[in-house]
Amino acid sequence: MIRLAVISGKGGTEKTMITAALAHLQAKSLVLADCDVDAANLELVLCPTLIRMEPFMGMKAAVIDPALCVQCGECTEHCRFAAVDFDKNGYHVNPLRCEGCAVCAYVCPATAISMQPRQTGEIRYSATERGPLVHARLVPGAGNSGLLVHAVKKLAQEENPDRDLFLIDGPPGTGCPLISTISGVDHVLIVTEPSVSGLHDLKRVVAVSRQFRPRIAVAINRFDLDTALAETITTWCRAGNIPVIGMIPFDAAVIASVRNGVPVTADGSSPAAQAIQILASNLERELENDTDTRN
Amino acid sequence: MKLAVASGKGGTGKSMVAANLAFTLAWTDPVTLVDCDVEEPNLHLFFPAPATITDVTVPVPVVDETICDHCGRCGEFCQFGAITVLCDRVLFFPELCHSCGGCTYVCPKGAIHEHPRRIGTIATSLPRSNLKLITGMLDTGNPHAVPVIRAAKELAAADPIVICDTAPGTSCPVVEALDGCDACILVTESTPFGLHDLRLAVDVADRLGIPAGIIINRSDGKDAQTLNFCAGHDLDVLMTIPFDRDIAAIQGRGDLLCQHRPEWQKAFIALFTKCSALAGVHR
Repeated sequence: MIRLAVISGKGGTEKTMITAALAHLQAKSLVLADCDVDAANLELVLCPTLIRMEPFMGMKAAVIDPALCVQCGECTEHCRFAAVDFDKNGYHVNPLRCEGCAVCAYVCPATAISMQPRQTGEIRYSATERGPLVHARLVPGAGNSGLLVHAVKKLAQEENPDRDLFLIDGPPGTGCPLISTISGVDHVLIVTEPSVSGLHDLKRVVAVSRQFRPRIAVAINRFDLDTALAETITTWCRAGNIPVIGMIPFDAAVIASVRNGVPVTADGSSPAAQAIQILASNLERELENDTDTRN
Repeated sequence: MKLAVASGKGGTGKSMVAANLAFTLAWTDPVTLVDCDVEEPNLHLFFPAPATITDVTVPVPVVDETICDHCGRCGEFCQFGAITVLCDRVLFFPELCHSCGGCTYVCPKGAIHEHPRRIGTIATSLPRSNLKLITGMLDTGNPHAVPVIRAAKELAAADPIVICDTAPGTSCPVVEALDGCDACILVTESTPFGLHDLRLAVDVADRLGIPAGIIINRSDGKDAQTLNFCAGHDLDVLMTIPFDRDIAAIQGRGDLLCQHRPEWQKAFIALFTKCSALAGVHR
């Protein structure tokens, strides 16, 4: 199984739209995962049928038993995350701030604090026309998105060992969920855009990606909104030995297809759809070059 | 007043709104702009200026192997799997450490103390009169955004008008950026993706008890579903910005809409007045 993650650094470069279109065009057998777990959108274009759902248990959280609490304040004093509040109802833990370190439970002289399991999301296993999709929903405001990403990837791979390609729609950024997404993948496709922010964020996400040693390729979306900047991005990529394998024009057909809940390549005649077809065949070659030296 | 600009979905124009709002307000009031999107901070691209850089560090454990008897308590206690104790040495994985201090408390020999470890930087600059920019930047490869966000916000704690630009999403970096803000602006776009993620962002603001208003960006006029959602949730649409290739180009090359098209300044002043009302602050 080849593992490919579509990422971007900067948000809103339309990586989900491109992932859905690549899934639509792929000849290989697929398993899909949406690792943008705190704002998962792939399901909106792949129309999945839910097969099963399981709770995701994040880190445990501290809970103070008011009947045992002697109001000494040791927990507040030792908590590095300012998660223990004190008010007229006594001491209590703010679950949004609690990271589950258990220091408060350790220092409490009255053993009034216990670490309780908490559900911070759910994992969904679905069927789509293009193969199984594992997606998730993080409870809004919850932590542990990196752990949830790990669980999503693990489930997708364990249940589908015979699929040719594991295609992952990744999160924006460079932090915990992104690192969890790209660890262990063979290829990343970075979708960027011709803006100073797009280039800045591309450089950072390339720096993070290189630490995990996948093969890296870039696609420039809406390249025609600023062809000079698109050229700057291409030059920068070339200097770093990163192939630019797709140039997708701005096209109103993209928004229209998202509104209709279908991949933009479903009607292959639009300029964006044609450009993504070229991206897909270039990507095919990249995936076949798997044995080459990694960049 | 502390105001946050958030979105759920990425790339909806948070930084554009934060930058133009700060630029416009700075004509009359001192403004502090805090870039809390520390994984991919972009505001400095709109306000290039020499900056003072300081490191953000977190305490991480250092084991004194001359005292340690490899009893293993620290490894058992660590909830994050950051410490593994072997029979003759202790392995520490700094990227997993949350800096809770637990290992130092449980060590019966007092063999663990803490050292600062750099995870990012804060850049402070004064790009315009009345405007201070504080940029948190996570070191690439480091997973822990939250302490960098916290450090950036702390530097602005005493400032009168603070605008925090947040990361996309709805998880801990967004919660940290929104925490303590008096109101938040949620920037969306009228697509199913935009609306789906707006629902989640509204949910986060609700859970934190922060009043929210909406900006529809890149509108092509087909905003009915977003408007219905806002009406149904008692959310004001504070501003609508049309899709316009010229606006996209200004933003794309790192320029400010309000500088190139000054007629927009009035709209951003009106936006701030509405945000003040949301926050319950009279101006």
